[in-house]
Amino acid sequence: MSAALDEARPAPGAARPLVRLRDLHVTFATRDRTVHAVNGVDLDLAAGEVLCILGESGSGKSVTMRALMRLLPRFARITGGIEVAGRDVTAMSERELADFRGGEVAMIFQEPMTALDPVFTIGRQIAETVQRHEGVSRQAAEARALELLELVQIPSARRRLAAYPHELSGGLRQRAMIAVALACKPKLLLADEPTAALDATVQIQVLLLLRELQRELGMGVIFVTHDLGVAGEIADRVAVMYAGRVVEEGPVAALMAGPLHPYPQGLLGATVHAGMRGRRLTTIPGAPPLLDVVPAGCAFHPRCPHAEDACLAAVPAMRSPSPGRRARCLRVPDGDVS
Amino acid sequence: MSLPQPAPDRGGPAQPLLALEGLVKHFPLKGGLFGRTRAVVRAVDGVSFTVAKGETLGIVGESGCGKSTTARLLMRLMEPDAGSMIFDGEPVGENEQAGGVSLRDYRRQVQMVFQDSYASLNPRLPIEESIAFGPRVHGLPAGEAVQRARELLGAVGLAPESFARRYPHELSGGQRQRVNIARALALRPRLVILDEPVSALDKSVEAQVLNLLVDLKEGFGLTYVFISHDLNVVQYISDRVLVMYLGEVAEMGPVGAIYDRPAHPYTQALLASRPSMDPARRRTKPPLTGDPPNPVNPPSGCRFRTRCPHAEEVCAARKPNMAALGEGHVAACHMADPASGHSKAGSALEAVA
Repeated sequence: MSAALDEARPAPGAARPLVRLRDLHVTFATRDRTVHAVNGVDLDLAAGEVLCILGESGSGKSVTMRALMRLLPRFARITGGIEVAGRDVTAMSERELADFRGGEVAMIFQEPMTALDPVFTIGRQIAETVQRHEGVSRQAAEARALELLELVQIPSARRRLAAYPHELSGGLRQRAMIAVALACKPKLLLADEPTAALDATVQIQVLLLLRELQRELGMGVIFVTHDLGVAGEIADRVAVMYAGRVVEEGPVAALMAGPLHPYPQGLLGATVHAGMRGRRLTTIPGAPPLLDVVPAGCAFHPRCPHAEDACLAAVPAMRSPSPGRRARCLRVPDGDVS
Repeated sequence: MSLPQPAPDRGGPAQPLLALEGLVKHFPLKGGLFGRTRAVVRAVDGVSFTVAKGETLGIVGESGCGKSTTARLLMRLMEPDAGSMIFDGEPVGENEQAGGVSLRDYRRQVQMVFQDSYASLNPRLPIEESIAFGPRVHGLPAGEAVQRARELLGAVGLAPESFARRYPHELSGGQRQRVNIARALALRPRLVILDEPVSALDKSVEAQVLNLLVDLKEGFGLTYVFISHDLNVVQYISDRVLVMYLGEVAEMGPVGAIYDRPAHPYTQALLASRPSMDPARRRTKPPLTGDPPNPVNPPSGCRFRTRCPHAEEVCAARKPNMAALGEGHVAACHMADPASGHSKAGSALEAVA
């Protein structure tokens, strides 16, 4: 694997990145089968940066993100280095994890109804988080809850403190969940497709809100999505995952304008957008591999129009043709030797 | 191929395949001790449109706008409270002596594909039997029905020799949706209603299924009603587009007119809300604020007025007429109607691109 190479690569932005993943592997082993969900992921996130992990279902994008918080079931086996804000997450005790989750790192989900507790008011849930992590009085926590609802631009915030989750519309619920996540001013916000279930006119509101909050609070954000448009709206940098590996990584504008790896190239061609009427859509033939075994060589090989024997020999190393851009494909020239 | 053949065309190409007039479906919300009706969800509230032979009509709108209820009414999975449905010149659901088409015949000519590819298939039947089920119910001998199912599996790109005996859980989402499409075609329908058929699929598989739908339409001479919340997909596949908001038609017209010259402020906002893949074109302000209101108590007059940047008194007072804008493009907005009394009535509407 290319771990040794990556050690030498200077982290983008700061000297010490906020998040540092090295050779992350996650396998789920049950009695019936073993799934190799993440197969060697190296990722860095600078403080105050927004990274989108883009991938289809089963690519390992959500599992990678949950591993950052050790929010995976017990039967998951995690190996590799996970470092957040200079701390080794793999070495944390349960007690340390409880402080870490919701304190330094917070997470928002696709479905707020499952993330919020249906029997407590929105105000109580935010105040509880503040009290738990900051040890302040109930009054102070409730005042902070009101500030947070105003921060996420919930109209008539004071009245909404007393509302239960089911009394809010989808967009407001999503905002309330963001307020809970931001309660302790996390350095890192993890977002798992938080706008995928929202209507178009509400989705763009929530995306713009997240971008505004990220800038205001200077948070680092890892945003998992399958939607190229969402990545285009919110990301600074994009990492594309396929079969548990990052196949390409780069600044959002450059990656969207001209991806290096055949998989994101195919994905871009297969995404329907304006001006494609009447033309046949380019498709990626076949389907992603089942991850019962770690894919040998390049996992995209069976679907790739440019595949050759060399692709199967070993997992292609990350090659970097220009600063900041990297792709795991033998056809990409390795220009920027850093 | 043997029976059932597609039903013959009756009225000729100029007669719409399906014409709906004033379709209404309300759902009572019951509660309290005696289960009295406390409120009414106005899911579909006076919807009229036609589907021409051989076209694809796209229906877009946000959740709660009534697009899926409309699909179920089209399929007659539920009875409308009011309104009429005419299928190729014949009223639907009336007896044949009176010149109508019976529900049984209608349902053979109209088929549906749902979003959830797994829930739509019987988990205990091999897929060829799921596909053969409909033709058998309609009188085809079992052997022929299975033969037909295998032909259709081939037509949707699943080699029958390796797929026919598989069960739904042995297939991927994209493959299951192909099975659902094959099953919908098994009765040789003339109209296929596609309710979010690609929404649950990954992008690379979505493109495969869209290409397949285009091919099948050509090969089988089908007419589609394509319901989706994805504006890009609707633009790709539709000839005409209908935009729904809170149970009503907001705007309808040829796909080019709707996407290039949207006249209704809701359509404009919906189009402007699409995320852009180009980070250089990021927005700073959302086109609309707030969520769509609850269809239980829709606003008076124009239902969009509570979120509309151009709302005036007339919008609360009166329901807008369908204003004709040429080439079959209509919009239910007072600004599109020169006689409405809105201060911007009849003025050229600039699209919020």
